[in-house]
Amino acid sequence: MTRAESKRSAPPPGADVDFVQLLTPDGERVTHPDYSVDFDADELRGLYRDLVTVRKLDAEATALQRQGELGIWASLLGQEAAQVGSGRALRPQDMAFPTYREHGVLYCRGIDPIMPLGLFRGVDQGGWDPIANKFGIYTIVIGAQTLHATGYAMGINKDGKVGTDEGEAVIAYFGDGATSQGDVNESFIFASVYNAPVVFFCQNNQYAISEPLQRQTRVPLYQRASGFGFPGVRVDGNDVLASYAVTRAALDNARHGQGPTLIEAYTYRMGAHTTSDDPTRYRVASEVEEWQAKDPIARVRKLLEREGLADDEFFASVDADARTEAVKLRERVLALPDPDPTEMFANVYPNGSHEIDAQREQFAAYHASFAHEGGH
Amino acid sequence: MADMTYREAVAEGIAREMRLDPTVVCLGEDIGAAEGVFKTTVGLFKEFGPTRVWDTPISEQAIVGAAMGAAMTGLRPVAEIMFSDFLACCWDYLANEIPKVRYMTGGQVTVPLVVRTANGGGLGFGAQHSQAVENWAFTVPGLKIAAPSTPADVIGLLAAAIRSDDPVVVFEHKGLFASRGPAPPAGHVVPLGQASIARQGRDVTLVALASTVPIALQAAETLAADGIEAEVIDLRCLVPLDMRTVLESLARTSRLVVVEENPYQGGWGATVVSIVADEGFELLDAPIRRVAGECVPLPFADSLEAQVIPTAARVIDVVGQLAAY
Ligand SMILES: Cc1ncc(C[n+]2csc(CCOP(=O)(O)OP(=O)(O)O)c2C)c(N)n1
Repeated sequence: MTRAESKRSAPPPGADVDFVQLLTPDGERVTHPDYSVDFDADELRGLYRDLVTVRKLDAEATALQRQGELGIWASLLGQEAAQVGSGRALRPQDMAFPTYREHGVLYCRGIDPIMPLGLFRGVDQGGWDPIANKFGIYTIVIGAQTLHATGYAMGINKDGKVGTDEGEAVIAYFGDGATSQGDVNESFIFASVYNAPVVFFCQNNQYAISEPLQRQTRVPLYQRASGFGFPGVRVDGNDVLASYAVTRAALDNARHGQGPTLIEAYTYRMGAHTTSDDPTRYRVASEVEEWQAKDPIARVRKLLEREGLADDEFFASVDADARTEAVKLRERVLALPDPDPTEMFANVYPNGSHEIDAQREQFAAYHASFAHEGGH
Repeated sequence: MADMTYREAVAEGIAREMRLDPTVVCLGEDIGAAEGVFKTTVGLFKEFGPTRVWDTPISEQAIVGAAMGAAMTGLRPVAEIMFSDFLACCWDYLANEIPKVRYMTGGQVTVPLVVRTANGGGLGFGAQHSQAVENWAFTVPGLKIAAPSTPADVIGLLAAAIRSDDPVVVFEHKGLFASRGPAPPAGHVVPLGQASIARQGRDVTLVALASTVPIALQAAETLAADGIEAEVIDLRCLVPLDMRTVLESLARTSRLVVVEENPYQGGWGATVVSIVADEGFELLDAPIRRVAGECVPLPFADSLEAQVIPTAARVIDVVGQLAAY
């Protein structure tokens, strides 16, 4: 079997299954019996602005990596609607647990987009405060965050913070590949038997690095939920309105004590897995082109144009603003200071330790010995 | 002899065994069409196809657990765990199942499998993709452990590991993938548990493994300019551990420095020096020193990471202290 033959030839499992859609790729609104949104013109324009901005900032990060200014970057290209839709559906009291690709959700949480860039530039040990910002750290051991989210949701239950509109809910982001991990399935079980207020938000972007969906499953992913005893729903992940509506409903169910939901946001990773990956090794160009026609941003623009909610001036100003933000971000990234070497001893233990203190002293003395030699 | 990279040696080493023995199969994430995220399985899928090269779903637990089951049918599975940090995701199988099955069946069932994994730091991959974790496996009786430092040793040790009836964990060092060395001839096998003397010297013995071998060699070059001749021992394996070669070297040099990438606390060097203390105390003229990683998680910041992992400068500094004895 040659490499070309190993590329995907058959459609992925469940490609023919319907999903919740409120906005077609042509920018036409469609209705759904269970889900709707009631955004006004300002809010629709706001969503458009979010989508354009997160794509632009993401492209800037990719460019920075290409120029050697970041170690690595996992682009969200193609997944903007799933992330902005679900991110905007969160209420302020809700907690999110991301993977390493949720830059769009991070943006919606109001976190300074420089935070992950500091990490990937390798100058920053930490980043945003997960508790204060209600947004966990980027998790790169695949699947672990689904259990963090489930435990957090069990804590919410324990504290009695469910059952009202002010109730709290949790959202766990993960990919299609992650669904094969034991811990993801175990988190489904815990969430189910404890009726935990957690929404499992799977962005099915069709690939886990090189492995297509059929390496992970024979059934559509959202259908897995029924075996665990909670609802599963597939949404058009390139439709920001549907992604919003479905996530908002699932979060509200959770906060009202109705337990978990699995959402499968059906989308596509338009770029490489990360900047270290070359997708031409394992997928064909025609597939990428097919998804290009379902672009999540173009359809919102068409809607705004069709309904006369925005003019050329608006679109031009959104583009210009996004460009300005990207330039500012670049300048700030390049100006980030290097960390002090002794920072590596910080935060190993919450209250320090004798061993770490001794290491720090030895380390400082060793470096001071070079400083004294001086001159060379 | 032609040169090859360490990375090429991994694919070549596996391919050689697969050609010889039809029971050898490979399994892991992205090892097929993508040819490995570190390009360490290049050509395997093309040559051996999907019946012998299995791109698996993303579950380390399933990869290693299923490798055990497959081994019980007489196959010789070579399982890849993409980053050695993720051995923690399949630790039940590596700590409780695989190393115990021969013992708990009174010797009736063996599982001749290999778990290969990209180990170690220095590439700025952060706390969960950079650890040197040979010492995790070192705590588990029943596992053998190889950690090659050169392309020729990669091929020779992979051959021995795959042919071994015992489960073997092979730690391939990420920082060495791009390094080059002579390609070994056909049929090259390095027996498990045979250290090599990477450099001869009479003044001090530097014991190293995988990534710390080039560090020790680099230190030895600088020390030689100051008239100190360091002998560098490449352990190649932790289980079996070739202490005879270490003790024979100490009989010549009387000074020992162990250079290890894992954190000082619980590092494999602690076992090496305790054996020297037990069996070779009279050989020593100076205290033993260990140059190891700091006892902190690996920082993502590469400027910090470089300070956590042992460097040639630190080795030289420590050897200099021993010269006073
Ligand atoms: C436990 C674990 N195993 C393997 C990896 C290596 N790895 C990083 S991303 C990835 C694929 C994840 O695919 P998916 O869950 O679909 O998410 P996506 O990257 O497509 O968003 C793999 C295998 C890892 N980070 N953690």
